[in-house]
Amino acid sequence: MVSRQLLPVPAIPPGQPALRRLPRLLAGLRYDRPASLADHERCHGPIPLHRPGRPARPARLIEVVERSGLTGRGGAGFPTGRKMRSVASRRGPAVVIANGAEGEPASGKDRLLLTRLPHLVLDGISLAAQAVGAREAHLVVHRQDGWLRDRLQAAADARYEAGTDPVPIQVTGIPGRYVSSEQTAVAAFLGGGPGKPAFTPPRLDERGLRGRPTLENNVETLAHLALIARYGDGWFRSIGLPSATGSALVTVGGTVGRPGIYEIELGTRIGDVLMLAGGPTEQPQAVLVGGYFGGWMPAEHAWKLPLSQPTLRAAGGAMGAGILIALPVTSCGLAETARVVRYLAEETAGQCGPCVFGLPALADALADLAYHGGRGRALEQIGRLLPVIEGRGACRHPDGATQLVRSALRTFAEDARRHDLRGACYGLRREPLLPVPGDDERDWDWT
Amino acid sequence: MSIRLRVNPITCAAHGMCAELLPEVITLDQWGYPILASGPVPRPLASLAKRAAASCPTLALLIEETGHRQR
Repeated sequence: MVSRQLLPVPAIPPGQPALRRLPRLLAGLRYDRPASLADHERCHGPIPLHRPGRPARPARLIEVVERSGLTGRGGAGFPTGRKMRSVASRRGPAVVIANGAEGEPASGKDRLLLTRLPHLVLDGISLAAQAVGAREAHLVVHRQDGWLRDRLQAAADARYEAGTDPVPIQVTGIPGRYVSSEQTAVAAFLGGGPGKPAFTPPRLDERGLRGRPTLENNVETLAHLALIARYGDGWFRSIGLPSATGSALVTVGGTVGRPGIYEIELGTRIGDVLMLAGGPTEQPQAVLVGGYFGGWMPAEHAWKLPLSQPTLRAAGGAMGAGILIALPVTSCGLAETARVVRYLAEETAGQCGPCVFGLPALADALADLAYHGGRGRALEQIGRLLPVIEGRGACRHPDGATQLVRSALRTFAEDARRHDLRGACYGLRREPLLPVPGDDERDWDWT
Repeated sequence: MSIRLRVNPITCAAHGMCAELLPEVITLDQWGYPILASGPVPRPLASLAKRAAASCPTLALLIEETGHRQR
């Protein structure tokens, strides 16, 4: 197994102003150690907060973010500026939550930011807190990563004591379950309850953590915010597509030469991103785009497709948390999907009937199809289950699973028919490709 | 003014009362959880829908009145 390597990043000469092209987020990345506050400020300059004595215009940052076109990088892709404006317009002190508890097993970008470039994220939290008038700020990570939590808390405390940050940032470890990083589940856990998704409305920006208007953003989104506050919206928009501006971090895996985390311009063709990651080491048959909330695409179709939320959506996919996994022709896409759907079924919060009963039934039917063949009936069975599960949970967890299955049945259609009639294929002899955490690595507890 | 039904899937415990009281709009899936017909509740059924919501043992069936006038 090839270890994850990082994109080679040239050292940035001290005092260099805004970088025109890539890398942006990863400009301050160092090989030898996590970037310290001094490293970070050498690369990007001090955090552009409004200080007492100067006229405070926190609303201006919201305008700049709106103009920049920044959208959430956690998966949903909601416009960040609009979210900030909505929170800022509510009554009472707001709360900012930075979500660094990456739920997708195949994603590593948030972890890269938190472990190597923490001050970019902490800057983003402070700027967002000032812009929406928050007096409380949280950063959440998985609680299995106790050392990371402690390190981030120490960095946040040092910044607050030095007067860098206007509000103290509380770093919390949340349950490592797949759905615990869903935004309402994060707020529920911080509020003292179990880390399970909540029924909406009310939405978080109306009534979030302890009833306060709450701005919750992915840590990569906040890192972009830290750069937009320094270099402006025009700079941010100078790369990317008109409909999907700026850059994004993507995690590339599967049958490529250099799997790892790369910063790309939005709209880069998927094939070019895979080439950046060393190119295919075996003939690819399909690409999983967006992770377990995204979907499969045939390799020849994905290759030319620009990577961005709107272009993928138009092609029936999703950007998700920016994951690309290339599947070689010798692997079985159905078996890979079956393993992931079993994992997703086990990761249900156990709250909503259609998810609690539907996902295991779907996982069983898919396992039948992938491993045993269905005597011609498995496909029909799956086809009956999908519409009964879709859109019937409090969160989008069941929908993510059905979307993945639908994309697999589309992409591996010929394969699926053959499996159903004749049983498993030779692909099962290959080692599983998609990462699914082992039982002993999982956090089974919700509270 | 029209009314719409919504289920809170977290509190719903598949008692099935709603499907008994309002079979025109609500059917049950194979596990006993309600599936709602799409769109607003037909006007003649509005009072029955309200009764079904009030009868849910876990109060998981929600009535949403959409304010804008029709006609």
